[in-house]
Amino acid sequence: MKPARFEYVAAKTVAEAIDARSSFDDTVILAGGQSLIPMLNYRVAQPDAVIDINRVPGLDTISVDNGAVRVGALVRHRQLELSAEAFAAHPLLREALDNVAHIPIRNRGTICGSIAHADAAAEMPAVLVCLDGFVTAQGSGGERNVPASDLFLFHMTTTLDSDEIITSATFPALPKGSGYAFEELTRRHGDYAVAGICAVITPGPDGNCASASLSACGIAEKPVRLSAVEAALVGTNLSDDAVSAAAALVDDMVTNEDDGAGGRYRRQVARTLITRAVAKACQRAAQGRA
Amino acid sequence: MATRTFGEPVQRNIDDRLLTGQGHYIDDIDLPSVAHAAFLRSPFARAKITSIDVSAARAHPGVLGVFTCDNIGHIDQDLPLLIPHPCLVGPRTQRPLARGDVYYVGQTVAMVVAVDRYTAEDAVRLIEVDYDPLPVSVELEDAAADGANLVHEDVAGNVAAHFVQNSGDAAAAFARADHVTKITVRVERSTAAPMEGRAVCARWDRITEQLMVWDSTQAPISVRGGLASLFDIDEDRVRVVAPDVGGGFGQKVLFFYPEEVLVPMAAIQLDRPVKWIEDRTENFIGSTQERTQVHTIELAATKDGEVLGLRDFFLHDTGSFIPYGIAIAQVASTSIAGPYRIPNIEVEFKAIYTPTVPVTPYRGCGRPQACFAIERAMDKLAEELGLDRFEVRRRNFIAPDQFPWKREGLLFADGLAVCYDSGEYDTALSKAAEAIGLDRLDEMKADARARGKYLGLGLGFYVEGTGLGPYEGGHVRIHPITGKIYVNTGLSTQGQGHDTVFAQIAADQLGVDPSDVIVVEGDTGAFDWGVATFASRAAVVSGNAIHKAASKAREMVIEAAANMLEAAPGDIELAEGKARISGSDRAVTLAEVATATNPLRYAFNKAAQSATQFAPASKHDGPPLADGKAPGIEVTDYYSPPYSTWAYGCHAALVEVDPALCTVDIRQYVCVHDCGNMINPMIVEGQVIGGMAQGLGGALYEKVQYDQDGNPRNAGFMDFLMPYATEMPKVDIVHMETPSPLNPLGIKGVGEAGTIAVPATIISGIEDALKPLGAGHFHEAPVFPHMIFEKLGGADQAKAS
Repeated sequence: MKPARFEYVAAKTVAEAIDARSSFDDTVILAGGQSLIPMLNYRVAQPDAVIDINRVPGLDTISVDNGAVRVGALVRHRQLELSAEAFAAHPLLREALDNVAHIPIRNRGTICGSIAHADAAAEMPAVLVCLDGFVTAQGSGGERNVPASDLFLFHMTTTLDSDEIITSATFPALPKGSGYAFEELTRRHGDYAVAGICAVITPGPDGNCASASLSACGIAEKPVRLSAVEAALVGTNLSDDAVSAAAALVDDMVTNEDDGAGGRYRRQVARTLITRAVAKACQRAAQGRA
Repeated sequence: MATRTFGEPVQRNIDDRLLTGQGHYIDDIDLPSVAHAAFLRSPFARAKITSIDVSAARAHPGVLGVFTCDNIGHIDQDLPLLIPHPCLVGPRTQRPLARGDVYYVGQTVAMVVAVDRYTAEDAVRLIEVDYDPLPVSVELEDAAADGANLVHEDVAGNVAAHFVQNSGDAAAAFARADHVTKITVRVERSTAAPMEGRAVCARWDRITEQLMVWDSTQAPISVRGGLASLFDIDEDRVRVVAPDVGGGFGQKVLFFYPEEVLVPMAAIQLDRPVKWIEDRTENFIGSTQERTQVHTIELAATKDGEVLGLRDFFLHDTGSFIPYGIAIAQVASTSIAGPYRIPNIEVEFKAIYTPTVPVTPYRGCGRPQACFAIERAMDKLAEELGLDRFEVRRRNFIAPDQFPWKREGLLFADGLAVCYDSGEYDTALSKAAEAIGLDRLDEMKADARARGKYLGLGLGFYVEGTGLGPYEGGHVRIHPITGKIYVNTGLSTQGQGHDTVFAQIAADQLGVDPSDVIVVEGDTGAFDWGVATFASRAAVVSGNAIHKAASKAREMVIEAAANMLEAAPGDIELAEGKARISGSDRAVTLAEVATATNPLRYAFNKAAQSATQFAPASKHDGPPLADGKAPGIEVTDYYSPPYSTWAYGCHAALVEVDPALCTVDIRQYVCVHDCGNMINPMIVEGQVIGGMAQGLGGALYEKVQYDQDGNPRNAGFMDFLMPYATEMPKVDIVHMETPSPLNPLGIKGVGEAGTIAVPATIISGIEDALKPLGAGHFHEAPVFPHMIFEKLGGADQAKAS
């Protein structure tokens, strides 16, 4: 279980990394390496070059701006999870991060790496989708922001160009008066999700649902926004019946089937997690108002 | 004896070293100019090899040798059938490298040796093999069915072995029974997944003509004997060392794996040390596995629930080869009646070839399957007769005064009739009921319901034949300079803590601290009589051998010290590393005794000088060393058990099921167990909890999966769900100690104990929890969430809502 031969480039700047991306046919970016290194060792990935960005200064910062949180490409999961400032501004992130693998993996793995890896069952891509977040990517053509809705193509594939590097990911602020929740089912603690639900619910003054954002991981070929569920929730009084009825609309979006979690079972799991996540989000919204 | 450490939770001698990275596993053995091996393995479950072209691999820079069946000389032969048995109708073992046919995905086809592992793996990919794939029947029942595709062309029906055993008269019992309960249970395949995979490093010394092999094995002496025979080298010129070994669980007791003979062969041929470290994928496709059995078990009972007779027929999946004979199936079939009297038993099994990784014992070895079958059947019997699950068990337990309880006609894996030596089964059941809080069960169930969950009681009772013969040895020697005690035995440790418990046994006899006992095992250069570590036998067999040797050493020390101190032997006591006249301060150290018992010419150290101040250690006339005596304090003795000791225990659990997510939460887990006298309760607990973790895998997580073409589907830790520490419930352990009457220390084995009853316990808890929802019976292990979903009729629910 040893990787095939590859060139190793220790980039000192983002520009160097982009150059290196352009000078080899097939390159990968090494940040935390928690998914990449096993793929290299299994020879699932056999790139011409591995470009290590760990020595690039300035990519390891977390900045909070008006409730939005921007994380650099070298910010480790654990760094964001433990950031008091990020938690105060955006508590959903910590709740989601708590579900990402185990602490030793979170100590090393990066949020941007997880987003670039784009595993359909990973948590942080789903959070980005739920919040209408975006990544900032740099390539030979310059810098651009790519919204989450345009980023994920399918399992382990993004729309980024082969010479682009994600330099940061931005998680927009939670709406005022909203409640949030991240609910997930895994077979074992820390595994990729059978299904995971990210929910942000904003009740109006009348207690009815004013807005709802929901996304899911693990149920389809990429992290998905549950627009039908959202639409069905808005305007309801968020009663158990209303939420159950809305949750049932996830069924058509569940396309992932694998050993031990066939489609029918996964649909029930997704619906259950939606009802639990919405209930928790509503509870938090109510607490916030109190 | 001043201090007795037997029974004390003495800290493990080995932990400081292992936990601070000072251990020496095979990969830590860094020989100069060592070459590395990598293997080409079959990508087909069953195929004919039509051609192999190694020219590109051979030409690859850094490659030192490429081997196929055509250039490995006389080792191109069937590897040994380790345990022959008359009921083996078509025994087949594999060759080191495939010749003509491959029989499972993962079988070794070619070996590359190169300057490093990277190069070796690159070159493996340059070997071109043409295969002609053959149709396969992968599932056990399919492979056993009429017209199945054959694994071995000349083995009809894929039947490797067929065996029937009878104890009493089952037919008569069934004829007079009021009631018959019949169920079919299925247990799936798992794998041991030791933290350190298998590993071999070999060095051939041309000058001394000695073959040195480091092998991550449970059976170094047997490997040594086999290698010497295979390579036609005198046994004394082959040394096999199992250094620190990172877990074995039975997987490393098989010999030979192909790599174990090919790596030494390459070292000899290339005249250069060669190392091979198994990677995780190889461990999943190239190291043996165990568990798949399908039992149909029938109980013939009176209306009061007394079981008069038992019939069990099962299919046993032996994979593509059967190198370990019928051991697993034999253990399963002879353990099937559990702790119950059941005087009339008929057991029958067929061991079936499937085109999958070969099957040999994995911690539990047939017992988890037998326990699952009988315990689920007892629950079903209780249900059908309207009896309490505890009560139906009580009515059938062998009573304490009924031991020894012999099952005449059922031969255990040691070839002797099953005979349970001692036990307090009823007490164990009561303790389990008490510890789990049986009287509060209804309250707990109601509490779960209020939270939208369903709680059930899991229950499983097991017996375990342990400490099998034939024998092991113990060698005890007191070092003349340091006075430290050197202990050797032939079997080897994989991290269990042998060195601590063996040290305790010797320390108690010789009056020293266990930390002053140096245990060396698993090195044929240190001690080379014995068998191997398996079947929960090390403490029982080696432990008693060491006890016997240490007892004799104690007598020798007392006699010598009495002479030296001019006292009566009866007045000598051993403590704190000294032999002392009781009630006085007159003493000699063990170093002095060891020195004085060796008639030296030169006083080359302080111990030798100080020994001269005492009277002679031996009172005799004639030459300095009396006729028939050996110098120093050194004893070798052996222990050979008359038959197996039978440990047992009772597990109980409170299991909560989330009916929406179909997940299982183990709220409480109780393990009552009895392994006779405990040498070290802390190490016993470690064994029990470690075993339980593997049992938990078999209950809820682990299943080695193959597709219909025989391709492994989850050969890695991403997809093969070994439970993490985070999945382990807190376990309340209740110790019982019913001494075994069979050996001087009164001990029974505990290595496999924790594993056996876990699937029966947890899965019966799931069944009990979901009774109010009409989920029916759970007769398969493991239980995955989607299986609960299906039992709850989830398909329809999902559509309806």
